[in-house]
Amino acid sequence: MTDESYKGYRGQALSTLKNFEALVWSDVEIKTATGQHIGIILPRSENGDDKHIVIKLRSGYNVGIACEKVEDIHINGRKEAHYQIPEKAFPFDPKKPNVKLLGTGGTIASRLDYRTGAVIPAFSPGELYGSVPELADICNLQTEKLYGVFSENMGPDQWRGTAEAIGREIQNGAQGIVIGHGTDTMHHTSAILSFMVQNSPVPIVMVGSQRSSDRPSSDAALNLMHSVKTAADSDIAEVMVCMFGPTSDIYGLLHQGTRVRKMHSSYRSTFRTIGEIPIAMVDRQKITPLRNDYRKRRDDRNVIINTAFDDRVAIVYYYPNMKADIIDSLIDNGYKGIVIAGTGLGHVNKPLYPALKRAQDKGIAVYMTVQTLWGYVQMYVYDTGRDLMDLGIVPAGNMLPEVAYVKLGWALGQSQDLEKVKEIMLTPIANEITDREPSNGYLIFQGGIPEVEDFISRYQK
Amino acid sequence: MEDFVFKPFEEMTQEDYSRIGFKSGLEVHQQLYTERKLFCRCPAGQYSEEYHAEILRHMRPTLSELGEYDGTALMEFKTKKDIVYRINRATVCTYEMDDTPPFIMNDQALDIAIQVGQLMDCNIVDELHIARKQYLDGSIPTGFQRTAIVSVNGKIPYKDREINIIQMSIEEDSCREVSDFGHLRVYKADRLGMPLIETVTAPEMLNPQEVAEVNQIIRKVARSTGKARTGIGAGREDVNVSVTGGTRIEIKGVAHIKSIPLLTYNEAMRQWNLLRLRDELSKRGITSDTFQSKTDDVTKLLKKTQYEPIANAISKGLLVKCVTLSGYKGLLSWKTQTDTFFGKEISDRVRVIACLSKTPNIIHSDSAENTISSADGQKIRKSVGAKEEDTLVLVWGDETDTDTASREIIIRAKEATVGIPPETRQALRDGTNGFERILPGAERMYPDTDLPPIMITNERLVRLRAEIPAPFWIRLKEFKDFNISDDIAEPLSISKFATVFDYAVIKLKLNPILVAHALIQFSKRLKKKKFNIDLLNNSNLEQLFISVADGSLAKDGILFAMEMIIKHDGKYDPKLTIPANEVDIKQSFDKCIKIMNEQKLYNYDKRPEILIGLIMADLIGRCNGQDVRKYVSNNFRMEA
Repeated sequence: MTDESYKGYRGQALSTLKNFEALVWSDVEIKTATGQHIGIILPRSENGDDKHIVIKLRSGYNVGIACEKVEDIHINGRKEAHYQIPEKAFPFDPKKPNVKLLGTGGTIASRLDYRTGAVIPAFSPGELYGSVPELADICNLQTEKLYGVFSENMGPDQWRGTAEAIGREIQNGAQGIVIGHGTDTMHHTSAILSFMVQNSPVPIVMVGSQRSSDRPSSDAALNLMHSVKTAADSDIAEVMVCMFGPTSDIYGLLHQGTRVRKMHSSYRSTFRTIGEIPIAMVDRQKITPLRNDYRKRRDDRNVIINTAFDDRVAIVYYYPNMKADIIDSLIDNGYKGIVIAGTGLGHVNKPLYPALKRAQDKGIAVYMTVQTLWGYVQMYVYDTGRDLMDLGIVPAGNMLPEVAYVKLGWALGQSQDLEKVKEIMLTPIANEITDREPSNGYLIFQGGIPEVEDFISRYQK
Repeated sequence: MEDFVFKPFEEMTQEDYSRIGFKSGLEVHQQLYTERKLFCRCPAGQYSEEYHAEILRHMRPTLSELGEYDGTALMEFKTKKDIVYRINRATVCTYEMDDTPPFIMNDQALDIAIQVGQLMDCNIVDELHIARKQYLDGSIPTGFQRTAIVSVNGKIPYKDREINIIQMSIEEDSCREVSDFGHLRVYKADRLGMPLIETVTAPEMLNPQEVAEVNQIIRKVARSTGKARTGIGAGREDVNVSVTGGTRIEIKGVAHIKSIPLLTYNEAMRQWNLLRLRDELSKRGITSDTFQSKTDDVTKLLKKTQYEPIANAISKGLLVKCVTLSGYKGLLSWKTQTDTFFGKEISDRVRVIACLSKTPNIIHSDSAENTISSADGQKIRKSVGAKEEDTLVLVWGDETDTDTASREIIIRAKEATVGIPPETRQALRDGTNGFERILPGAERMYPDTDLPPIMITNERLVRLRAEIPAPFWIRLKEFKDFNISDDIAEPLSISKFATVFDYAVIKLKLNPILVAHALIQFSKRLKKKKFNIDLLNNSNLEQLFISVADGSLAKDGILFAMEMIIKHDGKYDPKLTIPANEVDIKQSFDKCIKIMNEQKLYNYDKRPEILIGLIMADLIGRCNGQDVRKYVSNNFRMEA
C-alpha cells in the first residue's frame, strides 16, 4: 500500500486510518465519542496537523474530525475525484491567424492540489478550449508548456529558454505569441524578453491572472481572450504585458514590457505603465491604440534572439543608515554589476562612498535608478549626485530598477568592458529609457480628492 | 397517482397533508451581531443607498474538486449577465470587491455560532474547514460564498417530539439586489461579508403550520444568545418542500415567518399538480422518449400583427420564434398553484435564463387571452406544420436570446414528462412561488485554498458553554415555575439579560417577578421613551441588582436607576439613587406640602395621594412608595 492511498496523512491521523484500512476517497461512516459523520475521506493538506481526518459530507462541506475521538470507521464504498477540465479538440479554421501560447506557469488555467491546498496549472489547447471556448472565435491556438513554475522561480535559464522558444515559433510562422506567466515577476520577464527578443515581426503578449481560474470571478478567461486577440489581430509588434485595465471586466491594457510594473499585491488591475502611458486598450471586440510610436507588425521573420546573460548582478534598494558592508559583501562575492534604487533623484548616503570606491576599483558596473519609480535620475542637482558620479556610478535615466537589473545582466553577458556595457545600458532598445516623460505619464488617482471621486463614481472601475 | 384534489388553504387538514406526503425542512439564516464582517475588517450592519463607485463583473462556472460542473453554474453561465456592484467606501473594502484575499475569520462570530450550536445540542466539529460555495448569480463578487460547517447532528424539542438539526454553518452574507432586468443585474455591496449562521433542519415538519413554528424556535435559539441581529433582513429562511413522488424544492428568500404556511401549501400543491400533469402526459402517450418539439422562425408571418409586444419587437428588428410542443394542447393552462398555470413555469425559465425579463415574454395557444389574431395563429400553425393537438409557444427577442429561450421552453416542457425538476424557487408576495434557478448540488462546493482550517479546542467549547444560559425552552419552564406571567416569561427566555436574571434571582436571592419585570417591562418602557437600551448590559444591570439586594437602591427606584445608566453612557452610579432616610422624607414632605398648598385644588379630599405623588417625584429613584405612603398617613392631617 503506497502513501498515495493515505495522501497527506501522517502521525496519529495516518495510524487511525490504517487501523480501519480507510483509504483516501473511501465513502465512510465515522463513529466518534460525540456523534456520527457520513462522507468521503479527502486527502489531507501537507501543512495540516496530524490530529484530524478530513471528510466531505453529503452536503459538499468538508469537516475535520479529531482522530482521538474516532471509535469506528465503516467503509461503504469509494468515490475518487477525477478533476479534469472537459477537453475538446481546439477547432481549426484556415481563415484565422495562428497563435502560439507558451506556458511557463501561473494560474491562467489551473486546478487544486489537495496535499498543499495550492493551485496547479492545467494547460493544453483542449483544456483551454473546454474552459474558454471563446478563444476559438479569435484564432487557431497551439500551446506548448515550457515550464510549470510559480513566477518567483523564473530566472535566467527560463528567460533564455522562453526567448529561444519565441524565436523558434516566429520562424515557424506564428502570427502572434502569448506567454502564460505568473504575475509576480511578469514584469521582470517582460523586460528581459524585450532585450533578448528584438525586431520581432509579431506581437509577443505576456498574460496571467490575479484570481486563479478555479474561481467563477477569475480574470483568467478575459485576460486570455484579450491577449489572444492582441496576438492574433493587433499590429503591435512589441513585447507587452496584457492585464486588466480597471478591476471591472471591461478591458485590458497593453503595457510596454520595459515600462510595466506590478503595483498591488492582489488587485486585478495591478499592472501599471510607469512614466509613460500604455500602448493600447484591448477588449473582446477591438484594440484601441493609445500611442502610435510602437513597432508595427511585419510579414518577414527577421527576429533577433540574443540570450546573453550574466547573473552576477544585484539590485540594492537603498534605505537611510545603510552600511557599507552591504556593498562590500556584493564585491566580495564576485558580483559584476549593481543596480542601486536610490532615493529622490538618485542618492545614497556618505558612509557607502568607500565601498562604492572599492567597487569602482574592482571594475564593477554600478548604475543608479530611482526608488520613486516615476521620474528620471538626475545627479547634477545636488552635490551627492556629483560625488556618486565621481565614484563611477552611471545614472540610468528613467529605467525602472528591475528593468535596469535584467538589462545589466544581459549587457554583462555580452561584454565585461565597462564602456561597452555602458553603451548597451544607455542605448534604449524598447523604451526602457525614454527621451521625455509625457504629462499624463504620472497618474496615481488618489482617493478622497473630490475631482477624483467624482470621476470614479461616474465610471465602472 | 392518488386522485386527491387540493382544497383551499383554510380547509386543508393534517390528514390531507399526510395523504400527499407533505414534508418540509428549513434553512434558517440569522445574521450575527458583530462589530465587523466575517473575513475583513469592514463595519457590519451599516446599510445605505449611497454609493461611490461601480464595478462590473461576469461569472464563469468552474469545476468542483470532485471534477464536476454544477448545474446551476452552467445555467447562470447561459444567462450571460452583466453584474454591477455598487460600492460604498464606508462599508466595502477591497476584500468584498474580490481584490484582496480574505483576512482570518472573525473570532467573535465563530464564538457566537458555536454557542448557537451548543444550544441546539449539536456536535461541534473539531476542525473547521472553510469552503467556497459557488453562487454564479453574482450575489457575491468572488462567485462563491465562504462558508464552514460549525456543527452537525443537533436537535430541538417540538411538540411531543424532536426536530433534528442536520447542520449549522457560519457564512458570509451576500449582496442586496437592486435590480435585475434583461442582461443587467445590479447589487449593493454593503451587506456583503456580514457574518451569519445557517441552520438546516431535517425534513420533519408535516404541515405548513409546523414549518412556521419550528422556524420560530430556531430564531429564538439564536436570539437567546443576545448576539444575533434583529430587524428587517436579519433573519431569512429557505424552505424545502416535497410531497410523495415529488422532488425537494427550495423556496428561497422568505423574509417573514408568517408567510411560510401559505408558501409551503402552494408549493405542495404545485408538486402535486405537476405529478398529475405527468400522468396526463403519460395518458396521452408522451414520455421523455416520445416527446417531440421543434422551433421555427415565424417573424415574417407576424409582420402585420396588432398584438403590441410582438409588433413592437418586430419593428425593432427582433425575431419571433415558435416552439411546437407535440400533443400538449391545453396543458400550458394546467393549474399548478393558486391562480397560476404551467405556462408560468415556462415563462419563468425564459425570463431567468434567456434574460427576456419584460413580461409577457411568451404567448401560447393554450391561453384564452387576446393576443395574436386567430387568422395569424392559423397561418403559423399551417406554416410550421403543427397539428390541432399541439401547443404553440411564441417568444420574441434577439437571435441569441430567442435561441436560448426556445431551448429552455423545450427543456421545461420535456421535464414535465419526468415530474418536478429540482429547482430553487423564489417566494412571491401572493404566497405562490416562481422559478429562480436550477437546484445546486454538492458539486458547487470546493475548499477555500486561501485560508487554513481552524481547530476548535475543547477549552474554547467549555468557555463558550459557560457564557450562555440554558436553552430557552428550559428557561421558559423555570420562569413558569416562578409564577412569572407568560407575557414576561416569553421575551425573558430569549432576552440577552438571561444571565442577569439568574444572577439576581439565584445569587442575590431577589424576587424573580420583580427582576423579570424590571428586565423586560422597564427596558420596554425606556425604549418607548426613546432611550438607547443597548447601553444596558449584563455588567451594569448586575451592579444595579447588587444595590437592590444590599438595600442601597430602593425597589421602586429600579426604573429610575436604569434610566440613569443610559443617561450616563452605560455607567451605573449608586450615588445617584442613595435611598432617602427618615430625614430626607421629612424634608421633602415639608417642601411638598408647601407646593401643594400653593396650588388651587379641585379634588381637595385627594390631598394625601397628591402629596405622595409629589414626594415620590421629588425623591425620584430614592424611595419606595410604601415608605412614603406610611409617612404621609402618619404625618398628614386632612384638617391642616
